[in-house]
Amino acid sequence: MITIDKVSKHYGNFQVLTDCSTHVNKGEVVVVCGPSGSGKSTLIKCVNGLEPFQQGDIHVNGTSVGAAKTNLSKLRAHVGMVFQHFELFPHMTIRDNLSLAQIKVLKRDKDEAAEKGIYFLDRVGLKAHAHKFPGQLSGGQQQRVAIARALAMDPICMLFDEPTSALDPEMINEVLDVMTELAQEGMTMMCVTHEMGFAKRVAHRVIFMDHGKIVEDDNKEAFFANPRSERAQQFLAKILQH
Amino acid sequence: MEYQWNWGVFLLPSAVNDGTYLDWMIAGLQTTLLLSLSAWVIALLLGAVVGVLRTVPHRGLSGVATAYVEMFRNIPLLVQLFFWYFVLPEMLPTAAGDAFKALNPIAQQFVAAMVCLGFFTSARVAEQVRSGINALPHGQKNAGLALGLTLPQTYRHVMLPMAFRLVVPPLTSEFLNVFKNSAVCSTIGLLELAAQGRQLVDYTAQPYESFVAVTVAYLMINVVVMLLMRKVEVLVRVPGYLGGK
Repeated sequence: MITIDKVSKHYGNFQVLTDCSTHVNKGEVVVVCGPSGSGKSTLIKCVNGLEPFQQGDIHVNGTSVGAAKTNLSKLRAHVGMVFQHFELFPHMTIRDNLSLAQIKVLKRDKDEAAEKGIYFLDRVGLKAHAHKFPGQLSGGQQQRVAIARALAMDPICMLFDEPTSALDPEMINEVLDVMTELAQEGMTMMCVTHEMGFAKRVAHRVIFMDHGKIVEDDNKEAFFANPRSERAQQFLAKILQH
Repeated sequence: MEYQWNWGVFLLPSAVNDGTYLDWMIAGLQTTLLLSLSAWVIALLLGAVVGVLRTVPHRGLSGVATAYVEMFRNIPLLVQLFFWYFVLPEMLPTAAGDAFKALNPIAQQFVAAMVCLGFFTSARVAEQVRSGINALPHGQKNAGLALGLTLPQTYRHVMLPMAFRLVVPPLTSEFLNVFKNSAVCSTIGLLELAAQGRQLVDYTAQPYESFVAVTVAYLMINVVVMLLMRKVEVLVRVPGYLGGK
């Protein structure tokens, strides 16, 4: 589904990603973790072309992200993305947030888009809030709306960029529950997250990054039981203490 | 010598017998309003386009927009006015220059003043629009693009609606400035409010009454503008953001 092949990226002299290669199979849930500044958010933003990269290539469902002739808008329309800070559109109601891209990108008619939006809103348990504005919802609710907004586009895979990092601790679980459910239904997911509990329960594979490099790429049992690199061992030791 | 106040001066028939002096003031007020409002429309439209271009990820376009802003912002309004009125008609292709000069003198003054004030203000509006766009969280643009919207669609539906809301207060100042700056246009002979006030002094030797009337008229215009923009601010308020409920 997603193939990342020897991707490197730099800002001027600063190397952000070095020779990153991995893949995400259909129906697979891959968690990307690592210390801050390790390039994991940058890597996931390369997957749908939000961040350009200088070397290597990424293929999503066979389409090259790096190729100049690729219609990135078309590709992104089917790659759902959820951001750390939700990024709902504050001037629109929840209903309109869910409909906008369906109407403008997928050319669905208004009623169809609204219906589909409400269906996914119901799935994340927020049907009753359709008429509200994002600013009137809690962080956890906003993030669930953001997931519903991505799902309404019928994505072939979902990218999560630290979806729970900006949330109050109490709200983290409501978002993780939605993600878990999604994973169990067989959605292909690539998640940048520090939630190791989520990784242990839901992920098939874990990628560990440090200094712009993929240091470990293993199935989760092997990763948690026996990380090969010293850096990953230190990271896990610190993060699993609590 | 004691100054002889005479507020009745406005009701006297004018020296050239075209109504009262009050009619002169009203005519001046009308010109000021018409000039400023049409210049404001130009400024908003051009300023929005140029402001957006300054933020697009394309060096050529943003470079052109930057040059535009710096040019109109850094040349004194009076110099620009003289350029539009005296210089540009001579530089245009003959047909266009002649068409401009065939207009009646008042129309020539008005068109030059309107275009000048509109372009000058558009550079300032562009800066406000740009700062509004840059004040948005960067993720908003990414969120629009990630949903498959094109960059223009993302500007249109995601970024600009919020950017414009953010800059309503500074745009209010620019709107007020248009009316105040329009007084400069009296220098090319356009009989707007300030010019009519000065003319009244020449004809009646009642400077205090005249300038009090002019001052009050400008104040009234700007009070109306402020009230109007406050209404706009309330109307576009977003629930949960920027003071909305």
